[in-house]
Amino acid sequence: MKRSLRLIAALLMAGAVVFWAAAGANRGWTKTQIPIKTMDPVTGLEGIQWQAKFVPGVDFLGAALLGSGILAAISFFTSRKPKQPPIETKI
Amino acid sequence: MKTKLAILALMGATGIAFAAPQTFDFKDPKGINNAGFKLDAPLEAINGNASGVSGTVTFDPENPGATKGKIVVTTASLMLPNPMQRTHMLSDKWLDAAKFPEISFEAKEFKNVQSAGVTTTADVTGTFTLKGVSKELTVPVKLTYMKDKLSDRVPNLKGDLLVIRAGFSIKRGDFNINPGQYEDKVSDTIELTLSIAGAAPK
Repeated sequence: MKRSLRLIAALLMAGAVVFWAAAGANRGWTKTQIPIKTMDPVTGLEGIQWQAKFVPGVDFLGAALLGSGILAAISFFTSRKPKQPPIETKI
Repeated sequence: MKTKLAILALMGATGIAFAAPQTFDFKDPKGINNAGFKLDAPLEAINGNASGVSGTVTFDPENPGATKGKIVVTTASLMLPNPMQRTHMLSDKWLDAAKFPEISFEAKEFKNVQSAGVTTTADVTGTFTLKGVSKELTVPVKLTYMKDKLSDRVPNLKGDLLVIRAGFSIKRGDFNINPGQYEDKVSDTIELTLSIAGAAPK
């Protein structure tokens, strides 16, 4: 149990860091819509089209690290192995 | 004599027709028109825009200083990349979009008008209304009159275009948006930009 929790915590932390870095290491807030600039060739005006895209930010990273920390902390309060009843020996 | 008078009358009528102010509709079928906003914040600036632009402006190419009109932005069309920030922004704690569905600017007077070719720059004084609070503001604007260019933008529709660009700042506290509060999280100053094109079909 202890070992499993620590393994899950480590995987969660590593996975979150890798996902955050692979998505562009956004040091701002998490975004679910990103602005795409478009140019109107006649007027020269720059417009914005919103595109649905998940970009994890530091809040996502923080939540994942907090979650992995909580799991790791819980692991300290769990026993290493389940207790087994004492083996009776006949003399 | 009669012919000369008829020609003069025709010229006069034509001249009047050309000099007449035109009304430009800013409801953009192409969805390019937008109003941008930016507020400084500790982690990153809050950058968004609104696409729900409408309104009309009466513009006379012969007399740009007489321009008048009103531009309206639908509050609910304000967009931000972060969904939680957008929800907070539109809630009754900030803009209260349900109670105050429109943000508007009504131009009343043009000053320092300078025209060069099809471009006019001026300082426009008008009434800016946000969250039910109206204040008089003077805003620098740039108008570009594009004669007979509507068909280039909207096929099968002849007419003129009027492009308006403006950039100015307001204080959110002046418009009853949490005055004096949360200034460590969201700046009091809001930078606004307007990039819009209106059409006057013939």
